[in-house]
Amino acid sequence: MLAAAGALLTGCGGGSGSTRLVVSAAASMTEALNACAPQFEKAEHASVKQSFAGSDVLAAQIRQGARVDVYAAANTKLPDQLHADGLIGTPLRFATNELVLAVPKGSTIRTIDDVARPGTKLVIGSATVPIGSYTRQTLAKLPAAKEKAILANVRSDEPDVKGIVGKLTQGAADAGFVYVTDVRAANGRLTAIRLPARLEPRVTYGAAVVTKAKQPALARRYVDGLDKGDCASALRSAGFGPAP
Amino acid sequence: MRRGGWFGIVLALCLALALTFLTVPVAAIFAHSTPRDLVSTLGDRSSLDALWLSLRTTAVSMAIILAVGTPAAYLLATRSFRGKALVVTLVELPLVLPPAVAGIALLAAVGPSGILGGAVDAAGIELSFTTAGVVVALTFVSSPFYVRQAMAAFAAVDRSLLDASRTLGASEARGFLRVVIPVALPGLASGAALALGRALGEFGATLMFAGSFRGVTQTVPLAIYDRFSTDFDAALALSAVLVAVSAAILLAVKLVQGGAALGGWQAE
Repeated sequence: MLAAAGALLTGCGGGSGSTRLVVSAAASMTEALNACAPQFEKAEHASVKQSFAGSDVLAAQIRQGARVDVYAAANTKLPDQLHADGLIGTPLRFATNELVLAVPKGSTIRTIDDVARPGTKLVIGSATVPIGSYTRQTLAKLPAAKEKAILANVRSDEPDVKGIVGKLTQGAADAGFVYVTDVRAANGRLTAIRLPARLEPRVTYGAAVVTKAKQPALARRYVDGLDKGDCASALRSAGFGPAP
Repeated sequence: MRRGGWFGIVLALCLALALTFLTVPVAAIFAHSTPRDLVSTLGDRSSLDALWLSLRTTAVSMAIILAVGTPAAYLLATRSFRGKALVVTLVELPLVLPPAVAGIALLAAVGPSGILGGAVDAAGIELSFTTAGVVVALTFVSSPFYVRQAMAAFAAVDRSLLDASRTLGASEARGFLRVVIPVALPGLASGAALALGRALGEFGATLMFAGSFRGVTQTVPLAIYDRFSTDFDAALALSAVLVAVSAAILLAVKLVQGGAALGGWQAE
């Protein structure tokens, strides 16, 4: 029975070849990277296993020794830290994104000022995940009283951007700070309100080959493909900007 | 060890394997956190907020489960009716639902855009992002653990005891309270402990249905996940506290049962 269980575990995800690439990527890239993975698998005759979560959680897993080949984060701070600690190679800046205020379709909220109204249910990312830290950077640029009023409306600190989108599409929250690509991926259920240029944080994505990668060469080609290749095109059509 | 021979050895080996597999991860939590870590975790305001919230929500949820679940389990254990198997299956279903499914199901039912969302809202009840929402999530996922066990406990009560109390003129309600519940108590307690443990550990449904906010909806498991990425040691220490609390509950139940549950097959 144990042998059968073992066969079951190695069998799934094995795909065609024996080479298997494990990718840990920020939740905001879920749709884009799932779209381009089949092309990469076909071209490389390998199977790609991608797991998506908050960049901070994925970084913590790598610190705990998770066997991952590629790390792709929604900021450059986390990859730079991991690189400084010798856990991943030199990060490649491969895409940019834009922080926006997202509201359910038909909402009366028009600007960031409206979110300061008492009783508005706001959902943001937890301080440890990139989306949450970008949001706090942006709010810190507002006058102190306004920042305080907006933070007082926060009802949930979500562990990743998908959690924020879920609360918005379910109608539980009135507004949330997410990436513009999340609004596009929500298929019209959400409206994006752009932030004034002076409030916009620089959102740059960084990726690198993990030092202990089992497939370093394949991992290298995957990372390069985020900048130029099928995955780069998939990111562009999802709304990500090119590398800065 | 004459008894059983090779079969006895297989049994012992499997127990050793199971024991190692189940205890090493739990022991590792304590290997990493010194008693001082535990104390400093308890001194941290946000950890205390999470612990206090977990205890409050679990207590309210357990009160609801015991008050409603006990009579419901008694009915299921003592009456026969058409479709009973279906009812029992429906009651037990959340037991095997993944937490994420429980979260989605609650949103689809009583979430703001759920089928009963309008009615809940009209009644002035707010569940998303509120402590009440956490209680709903905990009750949903943990009550089947209690009801199932309570049914088994009631079914095992000797009917002649109740009949005797009836012939002495006691009503069924009185017999239920005075005779059946005391006899079934060890089984009820172990069901309550299972439900309590499940409620204390609830993560996915709470996060999806109620959100995560310090002091309001961020229970201990959510606080552990929040710390995992930035402060692994703090996450470990908080986990250790949760393990200690859960172990204390299990142990207390075993003591209440007076070791009856620990006995082996009695010799004929």
